[in-house]
Amino acid sequence: MKTLWNNYRYLILRRFTQLGLLLLYFGANAWGWNILMGNLSSSLFLGTVPLSDPYAALQMVAAGAVLATDIIVGALIITIFYLLIGGRAFCSWVCPVNLVTDAAAYLRRKIRVDDFAKKQPASRNMRYWVLALSLIISLMMGVAAFEFISPISMLHRGIAFGLGFGWASALIIFLFDLFVLKNGWCGHICPLGGFYSILGKVSLIRVHHTVENCTSCMKCKTVCPEQQVLHMIAKESADVLSGECTNCARCIEVCEDEALGFSIRKLVKNKKSGE
Amino acid sequence: MLTQDASNKMENRAVSDRRKFILRMARSAGIAALGGFVWSAYVDEVTASQLLLRPPGAIKEEDFLSTCIKCGLCVEACPYHTLLLAKPGDNRPMGTPYFIPRDIPCYMCPDIPCVPICPSGALDESSVTTNGVLDINRAEMGLAVIDDESCIAFWGIQCDACYRACPLLGEAISVEYKKNERTGKHAYLTPVVHSDICTGCGLCEKACVTEKAAIFVLPKEVAMGRAGNYYIKGWDKGDEKRLENAKEIKTKTEISKDSAVDSLNSDSGDLY
Repeated sequence: MKTLWNNYRYLILRRFTQLGLLLLYFGANAWGWNILMGNLSSSLFLGTVPLSDPYAALQMVAAGAVLATDIIVGALIITIFYLLIGGRAFCSWVCPVNLVTDAAAYLRRKIRVDDFAKKQPASRNMRYWVLALSLIISLMMGVAAFEFISPISMLHRGIAFGLGFGWASALIIFLFDLFVLKNGWCGHICPLGGFYSILGKVSLIRVHHTVENCTSCMKCKTVCPEQQVLHMIAKESADVLSGECTNCARCIEVCEDEALGFSIRKLVKNKKSGE
Repeated sequence: MLTQDASNKMENRAVSDRRKFILRMARSAGIAALGGFVWSAYVDEVTASQLLLRPPGAIKEEDFLSTCIKCGLCVEACPYHTLLLAKPGDNRPMGTPYFIPRDIPCYMCPDIPCVPICPSGALDESSVTTNGVLDINRAEMGLAVIDDESCIAFWGIQCDACYRACPLLGEAISVEYKKNERTGKHAYLTPVVHSDICTGCGLCEKACVTEKAAIFVLPKEVAMGRAGNYYIKGWDKGDEKRLENAKEIKTKTEISKDSAVDSLNSDSGDLY
């Protein structure tokens, strides 16, 4: 039992926050709870504190909307929050699509799709292009472009307000990730992930690798949804500084040699050692 | 010889790298163009003007679409479950609030819970406020329109369901009396909607007794025409004010070069 907890503690906590947040949003609409009202685009915490998706706000600015104070304050709160705990912590701790893509990645490993699909045909930088494209289209069409096609909002809004055909978007992402492209949606396309990646470049909480403990088993790389961020494994002791790391902590759990753990990034570089 | 060979190889690689780079750029541009085109076509289609009724205080549809952050707080605030959030498959701008009055109309709460909670300003509190107090009667969600072909009151059958259901009884809908010439001894009591008062709440549409409502709410821009600046009620001082902002529209044709008198006196050939 203790090893089970040790091996899955962050996974359990992540599922707990993901499902807990969904339950709070669902409860707000279904039973009138007021802990967290609204949805991931914009919410009201305890009936007073506004929280808003900074990427949605950015698109609205591009679309030419005048942002209300509540939206600006809400977006700032969220921005500061993710600057502290890691930009893409949203992706692995909050976003409901993560449940879908994690399931697809798990199944993909189990049925060994990658044994015969070794070559990844797409660049992970695609998300930044999609991000730029979303802002350009928002500018041209005068509406927040990604918000109209976002499977994240579709799924999340669907759970709180009624799904409609929203399940189809989740199914498409699942099949795409399973058969077409490994970590396809979250790791390649999603512009919200791209946005939080940029934010995460400077965020505080980071995964740290201690090379002295590493036995080069590479279990961390197998399980990581953004393998490229773990380039230092078995090579040097360093923080995982890439903003693309989602702080999901699966690497920390699967590591049996305590070579990985959370740390707070060193803001001031040590000049002597160059760290 | 050896150095020659090596430099040749270098050159080859440089060329192929450049080609690869150009190919990659072209490919990315192609994918971006394709994606961008499909994406904007979809957004354009889905945001095209629709017969959608928005919550009270909603700003102009075009601005509403860019300002609403689709959080659903208005939907949660509505005590009657009137407001809905457009789902995928509803064929409405995704995630934006609307209501279907024949199912659940707006009951026009005096405290308008759906409006002050809006974080984005897509629902504008000031547009439903009179002298600092919330005033739902100022809402302009739509306008009730009557199809007098299917309205049984216009057949001569007595029905005032919509008139009775209207929360602004006698103001937004009044009843007109007219002699029923067919029988010679009965009256038509027909409903008339007054567009300056009607808020578009849809209680009339909900109450309408016909199979498909003969009175129904449409967005105001859809339901109403516009006379424009060419036609003014000269006897109405208020209406004349509209001319203050009127813009001149000049039509220039071949005969505009001459004065009006000249073209009248010349051969009619000029006119054609």
